[in-house]
Amino acid sequence: MKFRDNLNCGLNPSPSKKVVKRKFKNYTGLIYILPWIIGFVVFQLYPFIATLFYSFTNYSLGRVPKFIGLKNYIDMFTNDPYFFQAVKVTTIYVMMVVPLKLIFALFIAIILNVKIKFVNFFRTIYYIPSILAGSVTISILWRALFVNDGLVNNLLSFFHIGQIQWLGSSLMALFTISMLGVWQFGSSMVLFLAGLKQIPKELYEAGKVDGASKIRMFRIITIPLLTPIIFFNLIMQMINAFQEFTSAFVVTNGGPMRGTYLFGMKLYEEAFKNFKMGYASSLSWMLFLAIMVFTLLIFKSSSSWVHYEDGGEF
Amino acid sequence: MNEKSQNFLRYAFLVLVGLIMIYPLIWLFLASFKSNQEIFGALSLLPSKFTLIPYIEGWKGSGQFTYATFYINTFKMVIPTVLFTVVSSVLVGYGFARFKFPFKKILFTILISTLMLPNAVIIIPRYMLFNIFGWINTYNPFIVPSMFACYPFFVFMMVQFLRGLPIELDESALLDGCNSFVILTRVLLPLCKPAVFSIAIFQFMWTWNDFFNSLIFINSTKKFNLTLALRMSLDSQAGVNWNQIMAMATVAIIPCVLLFFFAQKYFVEGIATTGLKG
Repeated sequence: MKFRDNLNCGLNPSPSKKVVKRKFKNYTGLIYILPWIIGFVVFQLYPFIATLFYSFTNYSLGRVPKFIGLKNYIDMFTNDPYFFQAVKVTTIYVMMVVPLKLIFALFIAIILNVKIKFVNFFRTIYYIPSILAGSVTISILWRALFVNDGLVNNLLSFFHIGQIQWLGSSLMALFTISMLGVWQFGSSMVLFLAGLKQIPKELYEAGKVDGASKIRMFRIITIPLLTPIIFFNLIMQMINAFQEFTSAFVVTNGGPMRGTYLFGMKLYEEAFKNFKMGYASSLSWMLFLAIMVFTLLIFKSSSSWVHYEDGGEF
Repeated sequence: MNEKSQNFLRYAFLVLVGLIMIYPLIWLFLASFKSNQEIFGALSLLPSKFTLIPYIEGWKGSGQFTYATFYINTFKMVIPTVLFTVVSSVLVGYGFARFKFPFKKILFTILISTLMLPNAVIIIPRYMLFNIFGWINTYNPFIVPSMFACYPFFVFMMVQFLRGLPIELDESALLDGCNSFVILTRVLLPLCKPAVFSIAIFQFMWTWNDFFNSLIFINSTKKFNLTLALRMSLDSQAGVNWNQIMAMATVAIIPCVLLFFFAQKYFVEGIATTGLKG
């Protein structure tokens, strides 16, 4: 996996570098990472395995779990009126938010990547919404902006473009929620900006000498050298988007007509409202599998589009 | 297109996007001084008459508990979480960055993989585990995992940063007879200030704004943090006193916005170190 190798590189210094012989005993390092090992086992590994186990039981809070085989998984597909709705809504949401957010972040980063006045000022402004990501304040704000007599519709009627029922229909509401996600493109943008700054100027100069147009240089220099960052952003944003909860919960409460019933909401309701922990566990494993499949697809495809200057081998 | 008009277009675009980004927030802030009728239906950004009533009324919270309680609760939850996250991330990051030990590669790979482990997948057994420990309706579900470096993002950030510091520093300290812990605290830590600040600030923001976990682990109004209190106000006041909701929504993010402006460079640095190096 290139992604991992990429992150891993340098951890074991290459032979060409001076390898320092350490006086400390072999186990000193283990002592330092011990807290993490304990934390990982108790708060991550155990829960991870436990969800799998519970997903084959009918566990609900305060009852002894009984093994019921694949029933939860079968029920999901045959006996749950809202499972497919949640899957559909989440898929649309992810497909809408992730590409739009990344394209926007990249576009803005490129515009900001020149020596002009106030660059830092603009960067700061664009970054603010994303640091407040997930905060209830932002969801409240979104609700106030997009209700029928909210600011957005007032602006629209001011410009004589008729009003839109942003939260009125299923699809529009989902779109409005997605816009909230896209609005928080700041952190991806900062990553892109940092990446752009690392591209050696000489490459562009060489391109200029060869008479390449700006668009061509963008295509053959900028984009290839940014692909590792696009890759990183894509994976992280996708994982986050699949789990989105707060906006759907606060802005629309999953409505109207479950139009914004994201998988995160479904999971929350089954586990912490209905206390069907077993069933919810199977749902969360489905979510995990979906994320895994997409992550693997991106990893697999990465060899054909992610460019590492050193060939990706470390 | 000549340079001048190109620059003009650039600025025009940047300003337009800037407005889209910041206008809603300014609107939120100013709307919190408006009367209810004025928030919806009117276009003006400035209130026709500034009033502090939304703040005074909104602050009362649930009646039994005011926003003062919710504020204090939030700090009780955030401060220890941030402190422990910093300490544990530094220790674990140091272990990974500077030592050789058995299974290091595998362990580091696991650490990186947990970056991608969705919270939603492990939340149910965590809930049951914390229930057994008696931690439901306390802030321990936030604080204790932070003691054990359960935020891989920050450990990774620390590893990346420490790797950037020259190993010669350690060596010369070693020759002077320092042990590994002294090297960390006396030699390396002072140089790690940017990374430590980044971790503290990010963790502050994330814990401060966390909603999903708070909703699950905290269930009595007495223990509510700001995000839960806001949701409560929204449920009880929506359609009635929007200005109070706006006022409290503003109050809830003021520390974050202030922190952001004062510590801006650490944000950008932090994000750039983690995402890019290596």
